[in-house]
Amino acid sequence: MAFISSGYDPKEPMKNRITDIGPRKYDEFYPPVIAKNKGKWLYHEILKPGVLVHVAESGDKVFTVRCGGARLMSTLLIREIAEIADKYCSGYVRWTTRNNIEFMLDDEKKLEPLIKDLKSRKFKGGSFKFPVGGTGAGITNIVHTQGWVHCHTPATDASGPVKATMDVLFEDFQKMRLPAQLRVSLACCLNMCGAVHCSDIAILGYHRKPPMLDHEYLDKMCEIPLAIAACPTAAIKPAKIEIGGQKVNSVAVNNDRCMFCGNCYTMCPAMPLADKQGDGIVIMAGGKVSNRISPPKFSKVVVAFIENEPPRWTKTTQVIKKMVDVYAQDARKYERLGDWAERIGWERFFEKCEIPFTHHLIDDFRDPAYYTWRQTTQFKF
Amino acid sequence: MAKHKTPMLDQLESGPWPSFVSDLKELAEHRAKTASKIEYQTPVDVVDDILGLLELTYKHGRTHWKHGGIVGVFGYGGGVIGRYCDMPDEFPGVAHFHTMRVSQPGGKFYTSKYLRDLCDLWDLRGSGVTNMHGSTGDIVFLGTTTPQLEEIFFELTHKLNQDLGGSGSNLRTPSDCIGEARCEYSCYDTQALCFTLTNDYQDELHRPAFPYKFKFKFDGCPNCCVASIARSDMAFIGTWRDDIRIDQEAVQGYVGGELPANGGAFKGRDWGKFDIKKEVIELCPTGCMWMEGKKLKIDSKECNRCMHCINVMPRALRIGEDRGLSILVGAKAPILDGAQMGSLLVPFIKVEEPYDEIKEVIEKVWDWWMEEGKNRERLGELIKRQGFQKILEVTGITPDPRHVKEPRANPYIFWKEEEVEGGWTRDVNEFRKYHRR
Repeated sequence: MAFISSGYDPKEPMKNRITDIGPRKYDEFYPPVIAKNKGKWLYHEILKPGVLVHVAESGDKVFTVRCGGARLMSTLLIREIAEIADKYCSGYVRWTTRNNIEFMLDDEKKLEPLIKDLKSRKFKGGSFKFPVGGTGAGITNIVHTQGWVHCHTPATDASGPVKATMDVLFEDFQKMRLPAQLRVSLACCLNMCGAVHCSDIAILGYHRKPPMLDHEYLDKMCEIPLAIAACPTAAIKPAKIEIGGQKVNSVAVNNDRCMFCGNCYTMCPAMPLADKQGDGIVIMAGGKVSNRISPPKFSKVVVAFIENEPPRWTKTTQVIKKMVDVYAQDARKYERLGDWAERIGWERFFEKCEIPFTHHLIDDFRDPAYYTWRQTTQFKF
Repeated sequence: MAKHKTPMLDQLESGPWPSFVSDLKELAEHRAKTASKIEYQTPVDVVDDILGLLELTYKHGRTHWKHGGIVGVFGYGGGVIGRYCDMPDEFPGVAHFHTMRVSQPGGKFYTSKYLRDLCDLWDLRGSGVTNMHGSTGDIVFLGTTTPQLEEIFFELTHKLNQDLGGSGSNLRTPSDCIGEARCEYSCYDTQALCFTLTNDYQDELHRPAFPYKFKFKFDGCPNCCVASIARSDMAFIGTWRDDIRIDQEAVQGYVGGELPANGGAFKGRDWGKFDIKKEVIELCPTGCMWMEGKKLKIDSKECNRCMHCINVMPRALRIGEDRGLSILVGAKAPILDGAQMGSLLVPFIKVEEPYDEIKEVIEKVWDWWMEEGKNRERLGELIKRQGFQKILEVTGITPDPRHVKEPRANPYIFWKEEEVEGGWTRDVNEFRKYHRR
């Protein structure tokens, strides 16, 4: 491989340097029908799952075909998206905030050929490249984090469990049979780069073993005071440890106080937590971000732990599928999963979803815990 | 022939949902096939090694990526995340596997040409693996080597007129919803505001000067499609303060069943005949709607703009015309002290270029947080530690019942000396004249 220079000169890094120019401006990339009607849209309609029409005051219409996709995406696939955009959409395309791909048309006649084309494209392995769906009262793409593909702190993978879950929920990606939209999210550790804490159903990676201590290297790899300060429960203190007759500076961890957040590991790589038996998945449910009818709310922990089961995470996907099916059957129209659980009562939620309730699900973390205990005689048998 | 056997990953090729494994395998094959034609600047087998390493991770149940690694481009403290494999001898293709965050365009609109330009750059100088998009919104280039970082940055800025995004204790790449570009609910131009603030605060985005990360997100309406209320230190959520516009004829269209409820979102199931009383009026959280004969009436003053009725009948009801946004502050994910939702700081502010009024709020909040925030303390945690009253004080915003869900249930008010007549200095001897020991 011969090195190809971009023009950058490492001896003179400031020469011709361009900085602080920000992103490309959004309107360079607007399809003409969007540019023309921006701010003047009248209404929209979902014609069928994955297909929308937006109608402007001018009478113009834009038809959108929404497709799911793995957010982990190769340049090959992006080039294919560009090719489809050229073929049908004058070279324009967009992504949604939930990693869906949207092809926009200003001509209804192109709609069916585009959909047919999208449906026909499959990977060699057999899965769809561009499944059409993800609209309305159904399940759309899962937003997620890096997982084992690229992150240093995960307690589970992201792309794998997402693929496994979407395979199981696929029917609801292409149907709009649910009482309301249902958002599934995944974060591979509680740093929650994916901020899954307000999702109808959240899949969260969690560690369950306190950090191991690499005493011999700890003082060399870390700033010990930062590691100590990083602990939210003050479980870490400085310690002198004897190794091979030598006293070294290190830390001691009060394991009973550890909540396995991994914040110490973020500050100090000599304190790894990851463990095959210890790590796994927490299922949370009932959160939302929309202000519709009820205020936004946090997801609640409904399953404290499921072990990692690569490659298909079967127990995890079964719990999720069950929750979705019970919700679909039992909730009222417009009721989000969390609103439904609150209406029927969480005691009924666990019963209907056949999820065992364990002591782990009762909050004992600081003040907010108190507000989650039942302070009324109103409950159901 | 694949470099590594991946029996577990292979099982993720079946099923209908797009398989990242198939996608990566095809890319690995493509790189091997084109290696004689393209001078790949990173190992040709990088994608094979990602697959091999991931397969091993599935077996071990533990990540194989090392912690951290300080790499970047000259003069920036963000935008590049260093990543090294902890088994470099077995998987040399991913020994270095750094991420670059590329600032995405508003609304995530693209042209095919621009996408191809990105792909050309990333195929040559990186792994060809991306995230479209990362959690915060960036285009993510996943996996390149240290010597390529400056080269990629140079090409991005010189050829693509494109900058990196944020990482570390910086302003993170702001993101927006589709907004007025294609949504009738949007109460302001999310993309214009997001773009302007992103550019005005480039220094904050590239050079770490904050206690911790800081996120802006821009939602055009209270439906909150970019989850600003849950995911951003400062959420800008569109709203209005006049009347919902009603088209009575279209209301009757819904009542009569000619128009599909909720823009057709419920077409996958037979929910029976549309019932405006049950589905709209009785679900209104403030009870501010009623029918007078065939006319739908809304007492706008009592409406809290939850969007339900508008979502159900988009052709009959439209957002008001006196529009602006609300600012909510302090949302974050659970680490460390539990998750926080955004708290309302500014109930209503007009969205007018050059957005000076909005920037004034932002900068006052930053000044306070940069002065008082501890290392790795998010804004929401500082507000909790010093109190919501404090953020009102530093921003000069007048307290208002809209700031609380309910007033406090304890009387432990930290009165300030200047609030109490006569102050706190008293003469105990004078007191004792009338109150013997």
